[in-house]
Amino acid sequence: MSFWNDPLKVAADWLEGLLTGWGLDAVFAHVLVAFLGVFLLIALLMVLDIFLVWIERKVVARFQDRVGPNRVGPFGLIQPFADIIKLIIKEDTTPGGADKVVYNLAPILSMMSVLILWAVVPLAPVMLGVDLNVGVLFLIAAGAIGTLSIIMAGWSSNNKFAMIGAFRQVAVMVSFEIPMLTMLMIPTIYAGSMSMNTIIQAQDPIPFFILSPLGALIFLIAAIAELGRAPFDLAEGESELVSGFNIEYSGMKFGMFYAGELLHAFTFGGFWMILFFGGYRFFGLEQVSPFLAILILIIKAMIGYWVIMWVKYTMMRIRIDQMLGFNWKFLTPLAFALLLVTALMNALLAGAPTWLYVLGMLLANVVTGWVALEIARSVTRKERMQVEGVKNPVEAHH
Amino acid sequence: MNEWLYIALFIVVGLIIPIGAIAAGFIFGPKKPNPIKESTYECGIEAVGDAWIQFKAQYYIFALVFLVFDVEAVFLFPWAVKTGQLGLYVVIEGIIFVSILVVGLVYTWRKGMLEWV
Repeated sequence: MSFWNDPLKVAADWLEGLLTGWGLDAVFAHVLVAFLGVFLLIALLMVLDIFLVWIERKVVARFQDRVGPNRVGPFGLIQPFADIIKLIIKEDTTPGGADKVVYNLAPILSMMSVLILWAVVPLAPVMLGVDLNVGVLFLIAAGAIGTLSIIMAGWSSNNKFAMIGAFRQVAVMVSFEIPMLTMLMIPTIYAGSMSMNTIIQAQDPIPFFILSPLGALIFLIAAIAELGRAPFDLAEGESELVSGFNIEYSGMKFGMFYAGELLHAFTFGGFWMILFFGGYRFFGLEQVSPFLAILILIIKAMIGYWVIMWVKYTMMRIRIDQMLGFNWKFLTPLAFALLLVTALMNALLAGAPTWLYVLGMLLANVVTGWVALEIARSVTRKERMQVEGVKNPVEAHH
Repeated sequence: MNEWLYIALFIVVGLIIPIGAIAAGFIFGPKKPNPIKESTYECGIEAVGDAWIQFKAQYYIFALVFLVFDVEAVFLFPWAVKTGQLGLYVVIEGIIFVSILVVGLVYTWRKGMLEWV
């Protein structure tokens, strides 16, 4: 087996052989090599995270017709390193009334919840990370730790803004977790497995976004809400809550929340691509070299991240009552309807040829989406008529 | 069980990295605390009272509705894995199961609990 076909296994075997050759216990050597591998992946992720700061600032500048950071280094590339140095040498203040232990634990858990998500990301056909048979559920479980860190940060700060921000954020996260969970079941139905790698393999040759465009869209909306990004950024609400749940944090603790948020957005861009756009697959190019497969996954994840940024800097913030109404009265029923329609079509078209299966699924999605939009339209029109009728009695006679 | 070793390692390393970063900030940053600096931030005026007070109860209702569907998901995931192999009968069972849970949502909706007050 050559290094270029399976670099991770070759390197791990070589290192393990070396360590056992030094007289180390085989089990201990295995754990040590695994630890080094995990450490390498997470260190690379942190480096990527540093550049995500730069990408985010550059892209938002372009969306807002500005230039963005362009002074420190070529194209401002050194800017994030300057930011990190600034964050490190800032004083770390803790409010006097805070619950110290919980206050200090929250940013650590926030970052950790994002980093462990990468355990189940298949990077290349030979680098599966951890190919858990409950990979999809792991995604939800790790996300729950993120929710926990936010309520910990908001509560322990003993600040009213932080408290309101945290409660709002948790309300958003738990509400939108329902459509997200439901949409995770759609790739599960198609692939017949909860393992991330099986889901990617099942998208040969038809990616799931062709089978279920509505599912991909609902997943994206729910993911943006989970991330707490605009238009669902009521937790931060700079103009009303100043910064929301992380208002009292400074220095590197704030940096952990900030870096965690960016990496979380990138990760969910990646998961969107894995679940609906074939992950590391790109017309057989992933078989050429594992390095190429990783590159494809990163480029795809960047595209997903870019879409999330695009939504963030285009939409305005919505109110919490609108947000909860949108989720519980529209998105959740729609997600369940889509799930049941998908399962039903999957059973009805079980023996059908591929083209009929794809066409049937696509049609089912389009019809479900269209019916949902029509119902929403007629209901909102009725409500608007009522409101306008009360306000303007002359109009009501017509 | 070998794969859970990697999950454990991910959790360990995922804790080490932010602890290291925060420790670096603790080492290199100045430490000059004073009562004004440690006071709670509140838009230019002095903070009145604690933030640990009774809070809006409606968040609790949404948490309850969430719980119903979150527990349901645990039952639906195995169904979703096997539904492709087990055919129409199991799909109809799934529809009945989800319908029972949707009754809960409809009840909450009709009671007006989904309206933000």
